[in-house]
Amino acid sequence: MTNALIDFILVSVALLAIGIYGMAVKRNAIRMLFGIEMIINSANLNLVAFSRYIPNSQGQTLALFSIAIAAAEVAVGLALVIVAYRMYRNIDIADFRSLKG
Amino acid sequence: MVDSVFLALSVLTIGSAIVALEIRSLIYGSIALMITLSGVAGFFLLLDAPFVAMFQLSVYVGSIAVLILFTVMLVRRELIFNKVEDKRRRYAGIGLMLALMLGMGTIIIGSGLKTMDTNSPMVDYKKIGEDFLTYYSPALIVMALILASSITGAMTLARREDAIDDQRAD
Repeated sequence: MTNALIDFILVSVALLAIGIYGMAVKRNAIRMLFGIEMIINSANLNLVAFSRYIPNSQGQTLALFSIAIAAAEVAVGLALVIVAYRMYRNIDIADFRSLKG
Repeated sequence: MVDSVFLALSVLTIGSAIVALEIRSLIYGSIALMITLSGVAGFFLLLDAPFVAMFQLSVYVGSIAVLILFTVMLVRRELIFNKVEDKRRRYAGIGLMLALMLGMGTIIIGSGLKTMDTNSPMVDYKKIGEDFLTYYSPALIVMALILASSITGAMTLARREDAIDDQRAD
């Protein structure tokens, strides 16, 4: 292998930072879900990279579980977006105020 | 040293991640997210994890991205192209992103991970399948239950209660 572990970790850090930027700045609920997806993917990339370089198969197993849980999370998140859109006719999270004190 | 495939994949992945967040139309954004997820699957292939790569392609690119695309198509048209955001908040977010990248990058480059390299053979993916059905089988069953309950919950949430006698509501 010509690539070292640190290259994959740096790509994963960049993806994590972009995901956090999306979560912090965007007010569109679907775009915030994009950010969550990027953060989850950077975590999975880390898991698989360490699993390759240690080497141990458990990192890949954990990554598989994490992908499946992320699928469940996105399904619920998108259902919540649809419900909120139906209630407020908008997907801007600044408009979702009924739980605000 | 990195090879050219790695370089191309990282440019594709990170570039389309930025495009997914910054492009005006949400539809193009979800397509760019699809490209990002495929790029991560490419990284998995580079890391000799074909099983995880195929799982990523089938779950993320195959189902999640299509789900997001359908949800985007359900919202009103002007909301898809609508982009309200605070200018100062945006600059603060860019600053946070760069600080995270530089800070964590310097920490990682300064750490001992730099010397970590391997010539050991790849993990056999048959062993992962075996592990799933033997050692991890309770976790696999719990995961299946979580998936089933979350899908049921999502369908219950998204169901319309008022649409029984009014089929043509919006």
